[in-house]
Amino acid sequence: MTTRGGTLTTARPRVGRLGSVRDRPVLLVGLGFVALLVALVLGVGVGSVTIDPADTIAILAHRFLGLDIPQTWTDATETIVVELRLPRILTAMLVGCALAVAGATFQGLLRNPLADPYVLGTASGAALGAAIAVLIPVRFVILEFGLIQGLAFIGALASITVVYKLSRNSGLAPLTSLLLTGYAVGSLLAAALAMAMYLSGAALRQIFTYLLGSFDAATWPRFLATLPIILIASIAIMLRARSLNGLLLGEQAAAHLGVDVRRERRILLALASLVTAAAVAISGLIGFVGLVVPHVVRLLVGPSARLVLPLSAIGGAALLAYADIIARLAGGIPVGVVTAILGAPFFLVILRRARTGYEV
Amino acid sequence: MSAAIVELDAVTVAYRERRALLDITLSIAAGERVALIGPNGAGKSTLLAVATGLLRPAEGRVRLTGEPVEGLDRLDVARRLAVVPGAANLPFATRVEEVVALGRLPHEDPFRGARPADRAAIAAAIERVGVGHLLGRDARELSLGERQLVLIALAVAQSAPVLILDEPTVHLDLRHQVGAMELLVDLNERDGTTIIAVLHDLALAAHFFPRLVLLDGGRIVADGSAAEVLTPDRIREVFGVDPSFVRLPVGAA
Repeated sequence: MTTRGGTLTTARPRVGRLGSVRDRPVLLVGLGFVALLVALVLGVGVGSVTIDPADTIAILAHRFLGLDIPQTWTDATETIVVELRLPRILTAMLVGCALAVAGATFQGLLRNPLADPYVLGTASGAALGAAIAVLIPVRFVILEFGLIQGLAFIGALASITVVYKLSRNSGLAPLTSLLLTGYAVGSLLAAALAMAMYLSGAALRQIFTYLLGSFDAATWPRFLATLPIILIASIAIMLRARSLNGLLLGEQAAAHLGVDVRRERRILLALASLVTAAAVAISGLIGFVGLVVPHVVRLLVGPSARLVLPLSAIGGAALLAYADIIARLAGGIPVGVVTAILGAPFFLVILRRARTGYEV
Repeated sequence: MSAAIVELDAVTVAYRERRALLDITLSIAAGERVALIGPNGAGKSTLLAVATGLLRPAEGRVRLTGEPVEGLDRLDVARRLAVVPGAANLPFATRVEEVVALGRLPHEDPFRGARPADRAAIAAAIERVGVGHLLGRDARELSLGERQLVLIALAVAQSAPVLILDEPTVHLDLRHQVGAMELLVDLNERDGTTIIAVLHDLALAAHFFPRLVLLDGGRIVADGSAAEVLTPDRIREVFGVDPSFVRLPVGAA
């Protein structure tokens, strides 16, 4: 400004202790990948049969990098590593990545820090689908998924579609309408789910297991069926980072910054729902990751979706991988319980340390 | 005067029953500095919404740099017009420099993000609007006035040929009001940026803007210099106040 001086504000930038990494996102990406590699080796090693990290690395190098390494391990070990442990830990990473990316997207899109991947009814839809799959007597396979996974996937997508369509006929502002419609449809589906569980008898445990979330059912075909959905949709979301950034200032300001708000909202909603549906189909309902990881990333690098999305992907993958390792070490408790027990205190600590006026 | 950069041709806008704009014809040439004035509900903000393509008029046509606005996508519009956001209701902690950086979104490469040219424009806007002392702070912790300056810096960073402001001075103290006006004059005279501002303060409008457009009841009732537009009779008629309440600079009124 052409007036003299700028002495209105005396306070110098109050940068949190976390601020030091803020300008070095590449460092965070590097740390994230190291954490993922360690998780991969640990995740393969931990379980009813403990596998030596050296063997793990040798088997992985031998099988996937084609290195000519003399076999010092048994064939049984190799089978456990390749057929059981590896798809499991990779599934955990994939689901963590999906939930964190979807969470960051829903938070940005709905401009609501409390949003998570399940906020618009996908969770209830998926759970109801899974419950129906458990209860009906026929068995068939959808897209390499078992019936539970297939119907959960369809249930999640169906519920978000219904929410979106219903929300458009309301006189409310679009975002308010979406959130409230999501809440209403979610409640209705939750009631149907409760009824299904009440009537399920012996199948209750199977439904309950799905609700708590776990990677027990992880297999290569399921992993490989979900991988392209999550990968392609997540990349498509990241390529729309500009739209999410524009929406930081509100829908009208976003429009003035060149964002076609209505179109971008529709596309991002569809992509994030697809990612969520794929994740809940193979893992059940794992809470906390999608809500918290994007917030932690924002505290570290700021709100730009260009950084938040990829770093959330890595952070979510790492978080769920370690949560699953801990769940197995603790005797197979549901991984969703671990994410909450470990994640909530961690998040509280982060919130206390953040000096950047963080509020939800 | 050079070619028209923003043109409204017989524009009418109706919200349900109420006519918000009635048969508005207005042409603003590149390099002009125009203040839109008028009482609350006169249609000033609606006029801006129509001019920026956010609102489709019931009748009439809007052209930006000669092209019909409905044929332009939002990015095309954003590269022609920078609009200072009315409010920044940020959902997440966002530093001042990150807010200003959002002004570069229309120029950003979708794959690579901000490039050196973008960073230079951001730094220049911060310097020019004088918000350098706010860097590093969460924009949500700022006073309303500080936030308003940050949003002006955002629009300046957008470096569009037209800058549009809707009541840019409401939260500013007197010194910053004058500062903001001097900035607009400087952007206009030095960079040739066309300025269109909705202003409530008639004295500021009269002093800093060579052209005033007075709206009332959805119509343009006067268009010209401060002396032509702000006559005592018109102030009494349109604003319903005694003209002696309005202290205008010498030469106007």
